[in-house]
Amino acid sequence: MNSIASIRAMVAKDVKSELRTRYALNALLMFVVTSVATIVFALRGDEPNIEILSGMFWVVIFFTAMAGLSRIFVSEEERGTTLTLQLVASPSVVYFGKLIFNSGLTLLLSSAVTLLYVVVFPTFVIKSMSIFACTVILGSLGFASAATLIAAIISKANTKGTLYPVLSFPILIPLLMTVMKLTSSSLEGNLFTAVLGEFQILVSYVLVLTAGSHLLFDHVWKD
Amino acid sequence: MEGSGYSMNQVLIKAANLSKDFNRRPVFRDITFSLSALSSLAITGKNGAGKSTLSKILAGVMSPTRGSVTYRLNDKQIDIEELKHHIGFVSPYLNLYDEFTALENLQILSKIHAPTRQNDVRTKELLNSVNLWQRRDDPVSTFSSGMKQRLKYAFALLHDPPILILDEPSSNLDEEGIEFVQSIVEQQKRKGILIVATNNQQEAGWCSQKIHVGIMSK
Repeated sequence: MNSIASIRAMVAKDVKSELRTRYALNALLMFVVTSVATIVFALRGDEPNIEILSGMFWVVIFFTAMAGLSRIFVSEEERGTTLTLQLVASPSVVYFGKLIFNSGLTLLLSSAVTLLYVVVFPTFVIKSMSIFACTVILGSLGFASAATLIAAIISKANTKGTLYPVLSFPILIPLLMTVMKLTSSSLEGNLFTAVLGEFQILVSYVLVLTAGSHLLFDHVWKD
Repeated sequence: MEGSGYSMNQVLIKAANLSKDFNRRPVFRDITFSLSALSSLAITGKNGAGKSTLSKILAGVMSPTRGSVTYRLNDKQIDIEELKHHIGFVSPYLNLYDEFTALENLQILSKIHAPTRQNDVRTKELLNSVNLWQRRDDPVSTFSSGMKQRLKYAFALLHDPPILILDEPSSNLDEEGIEFVQSIVEQQKRKGILIVATNNQQEAGWCSQKIHVGIMSK
């Protein structure tokens, strides 16, 4: 129970710190707006089909997440507070605290992208809300669990910015393929039961990645 | 925050054959010592000899390349996960959060550290003792380096640790600050284990035992 209270305190610390410094939030929101604006300009009024829209939806989320999620550990490393955290919290508390914060941030980011897409693209009509909501929630969790571990790894590296998307991409390919397909299904208005197989893949991916990241995090965090 | 709640004279640290390499470059080799309660150790050595590295290993935040450190309390081995409740650490490269106030830093970090052992009286007492109570609501970013160093002492002593590790304890401090550190050192020597990593002969003189680190000084 103490660990849960510590994790809660860790998340509260990160939220408070983010609201004061806007370390990641402003960068993420600006990235979302500029990416969607670039897509709109590139299309020049064309109305892309559902598959292309779903693909572009997750491309924006992928690159925006890559731009912002690494800050969670890089900011601690740059400010020299990594040692402070090591002294007060166990690796598990740090990992789950940062994972919950990153998941929240990715969900916020996905919601902002969804809102912009609905406003900007007339063909982006969500016909199956249950599929779309589950896809965004599980997709955000998957992004956050991969991103949290990789962020911890790259915070110790010299080439922080460039290394992040490079390391993340191969790990996120299965997730990207699945969430793109599910987003298409939600826009087509398919039944939830028709895409259960994809959701099983998504849930397994999130569980395996979270468990694997948690096991590896101890080694990454300490040295 | 209440004290650790155990008999201080039962603490023991045993370091066996500690070695550390960075990218295959040896920093120090085969350091062995043991410390019981009411004893103090000064770690000395040239710049880059590995004093801070050894301090971090002893604080449990870095792994040695070879060798081990064991901590015992009342004849029971302290689990590495529990070690944070028994160690206080101050060093120039330890930073607190600039965006939070002095009071917020101590409250937030103590909530993460031991959520069930919040004690506002202890926090106030410590901020008073480091002369920062009047500035408790100012962001740490507005503090001088000396004030930040004093706040680090308040942070290290929050949970009343039986083992206190000080790396360059007087750095950035004025005369008043150094006197405060000396009083902390004297208190710690009377109740637990004190480890000081320093190049300063006066600081090294605070301790009863000395160890010289560095690959050339074996």
